Amino acid sequence: MEFRDNKAIYLQIADYVCEHILLGKWKADEKVPSVRELAVEMEVNPNTVMRTYELLQNKNIINNKRGIGFFVDENATEHVKTYRKIQFIDDELPVVFRNIYLLNIGFDELEAKYKTFVKENFNA
Amino acid sequence: MNYTLVYYLTNTVGMIKINNLNFGYSKQKPLFKNMSMQLSNGHIYGLLGKNGAGKSSLLKNLAGLVYAQSGTLEVMGFNPTKRQPALLEQICFIPEEFYLPSVKIDAYVKANAPFYKNFNHGYLFELLKEFDIPANNKLIDMSYGQKKKFIIAFGLATEAKLVIMDEPTNGLDIPSKAQFRKIMASALTDDRCIIISTHQVRDLDNLIDTVIMLDENDVALKASVEEITNKLTFKKVKELDESIIYAEASLSGYNAVMPNYHNEDSKLDMELLFNAILAEKIKFKPLFN
Repeated sequence: MEFRDNKAIYLQIADYVCEHILLGKWKADEKVPSVRELAVEMEVNPNTVMRTYELLQNKNIINNKRGIGFFVDENATEHVKTYRKIQFIDDELPVVFRNIYLLNIGFDELEAKYKTFVKENFNA
Repeated sequence: MNYTLVYYLTNTVGMIKINNLNFGYSKQKPLFKNMSMQLSNGHIYGLLGKNGAGKSSLLKNLAGLVYAQSGTLEVMGFNPTKRQPALLEQICFIPEEFYLPSVKIDAYVKANAPFYKNFNHGYLFELLKEFDIPANNKLIDMSYGQKKKFIIAFGLATEAKLVIMDEPTNGLDIPSKAQFRKIMASALTDDRCIIISTHQVRDLDNLIDTVIMLDENDVALKASVEEITNKLTFKKVKELDESIIYAEASLSGYNAVMPNYHNEDSKLDMELLFNAILAEKIKFKPLFN
């Protein structure tokens, strides 16, 4: 995985896990890769992945079944959305807003672009 | 198993204890002055420092290859200068410069593996395959990178609890560096302590969980990545202001280090931290005490 410059690695790995859950690649009640497996795949320190898993446990996105491993929570999708929404509004939206303001982009134009984007990417 | 060893492997405190260590190659020029530090198992330590700061010398002290003038150094409860087999079989030392004899891999393994009680032949075979090392060549005829990969594979196959690597990625090609990172990520277990000295921080920065930086005869910084990013923010800024401790100009502004006033979770930029500490040592001291 290519890591970006600005965000802590353990959070970028959390995003990766959340993405897999949202896209349905990892389903509710299924086992997620072990700390070691994910660390090897990402080429990072296992302690970093452990920190990611602790965060995701706190957000009720995954849970730890003692002795067996980590599993996707049955309501994980919902919890991922809550977690990601807060992150998006706090971290990413201000940057988008700043550009909308500076470049003087109208909301109508934005809405049209948004609809095309959804259609092209998610076929919805 | 030796009782002392069992004790130190089952306790996660102080696998390595260094107390008031004084070391130098001559009395007039000390390299370490009253250095103290403790390292535990379950971590990959990144040892950083300028050329000549003493990275390799510290590693050699840990492996009992050089002797300090005064102070104490304990590794898993042993004094490494005594070079007891019970300790040496638990140390894997990958030096920066090494010599390999004119024999094939199996002859080398046959001669050297018996020194390590837990040597894992299956694991060695797996690692050699992963590193793509031809089994039938003589070690001496291999390229530098292949030799290096061989000693890394052999070293890890010893299953030693203390893994010391001096510039392990020097000489590795691009795919081998990625393989190395994967191998090290899987090699870190709770009972192992891994210390890697490096100038190539970009090769290894996501593998390291604790930074040790040597400067001016002592440990200038020893802190986990989490601790560092709790206290400091690393980010790109357009303009400089007083809150910034250290900054370097980049294409789109500055890469800056500043106190983490807003509880941001930024990504540690190890090169920037390294230069920042060399330039502004006094400003960082109070943050990490």
